[in-house]
Amino acid sequence: MLNNEEKRMKTFSRRAFVLGVAQAALISGLGLRLAWLQLAEGSKYKMLAEKNRINTKMLAPSRGKIVDRFGVPLAVNNQNFRVLLVPEQVDDIEISLKELSKIVPIPDYKIEAVIEKAKKSPSFLPIEVTDGLSWDDVSKLEVNIIDLAGVSIEEGEKRHYPFNNATGHVVGYVGSVSQADMTDDPVLKMPGFKIGKTGIEKSFDQMLRGKAGDSQFEVNVRGREVRELNQNKSAAGERISLSIDAELQRFCQQRLSLYKSASAVIMDAHTGAIYALASYPAFDPNLFVGGISHGEYQELLHNPLYPFNNKAVTGQYPPGSTFKMITAMAALEGGFTNSSKRVKCEGRFEYGNDRFHCWKLSGHGSMNVVSALMRSCDTYFYELSVEVGIDNISKMAEKFGLGQKYNFDLPEERAGLMPTKAWKEKKYGKFWRPGETIVSSIGQGFLLATPLQLGVMTSRLVNGGYAVKPWLAGYEGSKKLFPDTWPKMDVKDSNLSLMKRGMVDAVNNEDGTAFKARIEEPDMLMGGKTGTAQVKRINRADYAQGIMNEDLEWKFRHHALFVGYAPIANPRYVCSVVVEHGGGGSAVAAPLAKDLLIETQKRNPAAADIKFSQAMNEKAA
Amino acid sequence: MFQDMRLNTDQNLFQKFFSMSWGLLFLITLMACIGFVALYSAADGNLDPWASRQMSRFAVGIIALLIVAAINIKWWFRLSYPIYILGFILLIIVEIMGFTGMGAQRWINLGFIQLQPSEFMKIAVVMALARYFHAASEQDLCALKFLIPPFLLIALPVGLVLLQPDLGTSLMIVMAGITVIFLAGAPLWLFFLGGGTALASLPVAWYFMHDYQKKRVMTFLNPESDPLGSGYHITQSKIALGSGGIEGKGFLEGTQSRLNFLPEKQTDFIFTLWAEEWGLFGGLFLLGVATLILAYGFWIAAKCRHNFGRLLVMGLTTNFFLYVFINIAMVMGLIPVVGAPLPLVSYGGTSMLAVLIAFGLILSSQIHRDSKLLS
Repeated sequence: MLNNEEKRMKTFSRRAFVLGVAQAALISGLGLRLAWLQLAEGSKYKMLAEKNRINTKMLAPSRGKIVDRFGVPLAVNNQNFRVLLVPEQVDDIEISLKELSKIVPIPDYKIEAVIEKAKKSPSFLPIEVTDGLSWDDVSKLEVNIIDLAGVSIEEGEKRHYPFNNATGHVVGYVGSVSQADMTDDPVLKMPGFKIGKTGIEKSFDQMLRGKAGDSQFEVNVRGREVRELNQNKSAAGERISLSIDAELQRFCQQRLSLYKSASAVIMDAHTGAIYALASYPAFDPNLFVGGISHGEYQELLHNPLYPFNNKAVTGQYPPGSTFKMITAMAALEGGFTNSSKRVKCEGRFEYGNDRFHCWKLSGHGSMNVVSALMRSCDTYFYELSVEVGIDNISKMAEKFGLGQKYNFDLPEERAGLMPTKAWKEKKYGKFWRPGETIVSSIGQGFLLATPLQLGVMTSRLVNGGYAVKPWLAGYEGSKKLFPDTWPKMDVKDSNLSLMKRGMVDAVNNEDGTAFKARIEEPDMLMGGKTGTAQVKRINRADYAQGIMNEDLEWKFRHHALFVGYAPIANPRYVCSVVVEHGGGGSAVAAPLAKDLLIETQKRNPAAADIKFSQAMNEKAA
Repeated sequence: MFQDMRLNTDQNLFQKFFSMSWGLLFLITLMACIGFVALYSAADGNLDPWASRQMSRFAVGIIALLIVAAINIKWWFRLSYPIYILGFILLIIVEIMGFTGMGAQRWINLGFIQLQPSEFMKIAVVMALARYFHAASEQDLCALKFLIPPFLLIALPVGLVLLQPDLGTSLMIVMAGITVIFLAGAPLWLFFLGGGTALASLPVAWYFMHDYQKKRVMTFLNPESDPLGSGYHITQSKIALGSGGIEGKGFLEGTQSRLNFLPEKQTDFIFTLWAEEWGLFGGLFLLGVATLILAYGFWIAAKCRHNFGRLLVMGLTTNFFLYVFINIAMVMGLIPVVGAPLPLVSYGGTSMLAVLIAFGLILSSQIHRDSKLLS
């Protein structure tokens, strides 16, 4: 018995020792594991814990304002309530949207868009369902938001364009970021972030956009915000001050609306500042901010009058007779003619086997350069051009700003076209024919120019020969963007004076083509040149049938052009207008330019130039 | 013999009180205090809802411990089988309630306490086995016939607990039971054979496992496979532990637990919370306290003069060890998630009461180490 007890005791002790060692080893194992996790891998887990704890949310920067030269806002940010939905937190997105639309109105196309977007984007990213909620809707939604999983209301800003259609083309609009717009800037990935799509909004997008801030906040395991830890404020975008006079712009736009399709540029002959840049028909940029419906968009897009096009910078027209100053300058500067040299106009010009008509079939009689401009005699320029040659004409055109881009503030700017012999050979593989020079001398043929370019051309003709370039953006914040001076061109002042005389006479001489459209206020007198650009050549067969311009289908009718400046004593404002298929330059375009230049001189926006940045700072304060 | 027993058991309450191992009681209280601190932190620096209740439970539990410790070990010896039977009946009741009620239930609601019979079954199995092997002779131990009843003593409750299903508790009952049989002196080949059989039957066990159990094993083997699913708990727990570093993030500064990244922070993952805030020092301190408690258990067993006490103390100490090891190994990603609390520290009434009663039995064995039980 005792023996048994002793033996069992011995076994027990031995086995208990084994057990003790085993347990001690296992506990040590735990200690080692803990040390491994906390020492060796501590830093790795520390990092993971930080990530776990802190979530970063981007804070949208406030988009910079766009104002006119007086500080009048053209693009501002209104308070905007948006509804966001996180697809991940929703069982069935369609049902959720249906529930949501019972509380706040959501157009069908937006619902479709959200469903589409939810398929493409990561499910944890919130999607904007709708925006621009009224206070009523916000409070209704706030009451019900507990029942709507994954739905949140966010207060943000919405771009607003107070001048609607009037500044649509110049200011442009903002829209959602597309795949093509994506860059490294992380702010672009924010839900509902808008970037400039056209106009100033596009070309100055970087400055307007500002810098996103971020908010770091603690989240719990469900990713719900617990508290904010740190906030880097976003930096608002810079304010862009334009050279535009918004009221003049609006006047311009309204005046253009009398036509089917027209555009106009009003600029400063000396500084290059654009005071108004209008194109009709236009669109309301506010349509795009809230998300335009597919139907509305298609309607605008397929409108035969292209309301999206800013025709003042994208419309490329044969300059017609407004080009005659260039031909004249090329001839004068090249020594092919002088102020007294005369050409007799008999209503036609024969060259080889070809016959070229003057617009006045009965002829103008004996013409010098000034009277030829005044009466817009074609024959005079036909004859000069044969000697001058196309390359000299094109060179002069380029000197005056045609056939080129200016790196203008609107991305839509087009270059137009000034042909040379080399250009034709390269483009068509054919030699230049002399007849083409003759046609070119009166701004027809291959020649194309935009209203903006015609404005620049006129400015350079009347400003004493300075190579001004047009600009819209005057200041980015308080940073000046435009140059104080422009280089002087190497053309003779006497020749420029002849051009001005011709333009003054064209409007103010009773024989001038635009005499009926003259400005009668003595201190506002206008000079200028009419132009009628043929779209379809009316050939002899048509003449024989008695077909006139008015009988043609609208799209084949002539474009009516006019370039003008005022006041003639001290040229300041230049105006160029194109009325598409409007008919004659003198009957249609010149009266339009007259109205615009009267209004411009009344408003006299150039006088506000100096107060540019100050005025705007006062407004901001 | 009769007189010896009388002499030893006739200590009065006062004498018993003073002969009790105060060191062990101190360590138990210390570990419980770690729990209070951790629970206070788990509630973002509030006594409510966990720390205060845990304290009152501990107070009740300590009283139970002292009563159990004061009762002569011979009564516990005599009550071993009845207690086992009672525990078994309670297990069956839970099982029936589980079938009739809603899904798996592990506890009986007695109104004032939610009793979890399986917790007490851990003690009862050890008691019954200690009782069974108390008077075993060498010949008995070698006879296979003699070893069948203890096998059944383990297998029957384990079967019921497995049905609940509670894999963690089942394993603990099995392992504590086997420890008692091992220490009682059963032939070694039996354990080698048993171990071999267990390994061979793993695929069968896999077959019978519930889906969630299989999933836990799978995520244990590859936690990154499902970082947001069931591997999530362990990944988050490791991040919490690891980010604690040497010195920890400081009291009430445990971001992982505070921000609810940590699941079950007041129960199964309390060690994670503790070690996140108190770092390696705090973690090793807790492990040190637990190790000292175990050492006390071994010491008391070694000093005990009767088989029942030795086996009982070793069985219960091993139980405590298993609790500690399984819980901490689990939160550190060393073993699959089985859902075992950290004794004395984790929030939970039954487990606290069961652990303290077990220590009461250990202390009873210590106070009555010289008792002669066989009359």
